[in-house]
Amino acid sequence: MRWLRRNLFSDVWSSLTTLAIAAGLVHWLPGLIEWLVLKATFRPDAAACAAAAHAGACWGVVAAKYRFILFGRYPYAEQWRPLAATVLLLAVIGVSGLRLMRPGALFAAWALALPAFFLLMAGGVPGLSPVASDRWGGFPLTLLLATLGMLLALPLAVLVALGRQQSGLPLVRGLCQVYVEAVRGVPLISVLFLASFLFPIILPQGFSIDVLVRVQAGIVLFAAAYLSETLRGGLQAVAAGQHDAAAALGLGYWASMRWIVLPQAIRAVIPSLMNSAVSIFKDTSLVTVVSLYELTGSLTLALSGDAQWRSFYLEGYLFIGLIYWLCCYSLSRFGGALERRLAPGSLP
Amino acid sequence: MSGRRLRSFALQGAVAVALALLLWLLFHITAANMRERGIHSGFGFLLQPAGFAIGESPLPFDSADSALWALVVGLVNTLRVALPAIVISTVLGTAIGLGRLSPNLLLSGLCKAYVETLRNVPLLLQLLAWYFVVTDLLPDSGAALQIMPHVFLSKSGLAVPWFGDGGAFAGLDLPVRGRFGVTGGAALTPEFLALLGGLSLYTAAYVAETVRAGIQSVPRGQSEAALALGLSRLQGFRLVVLPQALRSIIPPLTNEHLSLSKNVSLAVAIGYPDLVSVADTTLNQTGRAAECIAVIMAVYLLLSLLTAWASAWLERRTGRWAQRP
Repeated sequence: MRWLRRNLFSDVWSSLTTLAIAAGLVHWLPGLIEWLVLKATFRPDAAACAAAAHAGACWGVVAAKYRFILFGRYPYAEQWRPLAATVLLLAVIGVSGLRLMRPGALFAAWALALPAFFLLMAGGVPGLSPVASDRWGGFPLTLLLATLGMLLALPLAVLVALGRQQSGLPLVRGLCQVYVEAVRGVPLISVLFLASFLFPIILPQGFSIDVLVRVQAGIVLFAAAYLSETLRGGLQAVAAGQHDAAAALGLGYWASMRWIVLPQAIRAVIPSLMNSAVSIFKDTSLVTVVSLYELTGSLTLALSGDAQWRSFYLEGYLFIGLIYWLCCYSLSRFGGALERRLAPGSLP
Repeated sequence: MSGRRLRSFALQGAVAVALALLLWLLFHITAANMRERGIHSGFGFLLQPAGFAIGESPLPFDSADSALWALVVGLVNTLRVALPAIVISTVLGTAIGLGRLSPNLLLSGLCKAYVETLRNVPLLLQLLAWYFVVTDLLPDSGAALQIMPHVFLSKSGLAVPWFGDGGAFAGLDLPVRGRFGVTGGAALTPEFLALLGGLSLYTAAYVAETVRAGIQSVPRGQSEAALALGLSRLQGFRLVVLPQALRSIIPPLTNEHLSLSKNVSLAVAIGYPDLVSVADTTLNQTGRAAECIAVIMAVYLLLSLLTAWASAWLERRTGRWAQRP
């Protein structure tokens, strides 16, 4: 009673707001639940879905198409491979996040998991038939683009952020600055166009690289500009005395960066880095514009060619929306937990 | 010259040489590739007829007009979505950000749910879903929903009263629902509606977080001091908290507006003819990849620069406002 009074009915305005929202909920919620659950069709039965005429959701479209949505055009009989690869990569990410391993072991785990991921996906060894990368799709592709995007962009971003601090090297500093400002000024789609249309022209003849690699490179270049801007903030937060102390200990530039400055700088910006990770994960959905069928693209591919299910896109969008949401929400919650753990005062 | 100076001089020289070599190599290879594939270069194509139609255009355009004019139409279409979306998302986002700070748990919970849902789902997916809702789930034009007198919503878009052919003096042309659909007035296309709605709702979630963080950055002691001075809660918020909060809200808010205008480029996925999708069509028609991408990037860089200037000006102004007694 006291709780109600304090949190919902503290004064006239609060009471009115509570009543208005409650009235809205009473008005809308039953219809929503009816559509989502009570009148919904769960069987993969197109006729039943059509008969319901959108009075209830047609989850049958997910039941009928989930393998295509999740794995894209990967050969049907071989789809255990992308599944295993995805589980493996997710496991390594989870282990890294929960700090279950010592750094050395963790490095080894990554060094094993990434080649294993590519081996499972691409095949070409006895027992695993080769699958060309243009057949890769769905969630494994989303996860790959996001993970590699973050992993490869981070070192590049560190170099660029350090480059922007070189007051003694105006050329290096200017180059880094132009790169960061130019990339941050343009939309990701134009960078993806660049990767998909222009990279083939600027590379030597007979040196063609896969469109997946080109798009991945585009994502890395794009993400690195944003990450380096974040890291620059972290570098500026490191007290000048730290540099002096490192120099006094006789450490050279790279050693003092590696052991003294960067650990503090990165720790200071971990929450923003996690936000960037969420952005990169969401941004991978844009590669569907340059014809790579990750989660969003494979949904379109699954439904657009099928007249039976074509009118149930909304349910499909809700399904993959839930997948994206689960990934991004857990990433940002993890970022929040890190922020609390690293907050000043909680460190030894 | 000291050793240190010499070293930095040598390092920079090496970087300059490497850069020049790389650029020369890129230029050489690209030129050779283009010769081999018979691709011409140069911006001359901009003055040739575009050769394609544009779905909707506030300016007169047909396929005989130049590609340059097509790109201008695209840019106008980009701004036509971006400017109203900036206004809507700022107003809505501010309301939601304030709602999250409300002592009323139901209201703050609802606002939090909004922010956490929309921020964690890709914008592209949201746009596709809105576009599908507008074009597939709304009634046909003949059975259009009437939301207000003379405002109709249907698969063909939103029909609103607009000035007749004779300009403002001819009076308003009112849409009417007939047996074969809605006629009269001005129609906002489904593509425009989905893009405007999706962008505004998505960006509002980010604006809400910016506003919340800005207000929370003002120490609680400030509003307590205002109360102690005898100001009312509202006065205290308006005269003491808000001016201080604005200083930390405006820079990130400008960033949100900039990223909104970059996000208009997702229009290409739902077929709204913004700058990027017109440039994409031109690219496919003429094969001038480098030139078309250069146009997109140049326009967006210019837009960012202009916004940066505007934001610096605004910051100076609000800085003065905050210092005012």
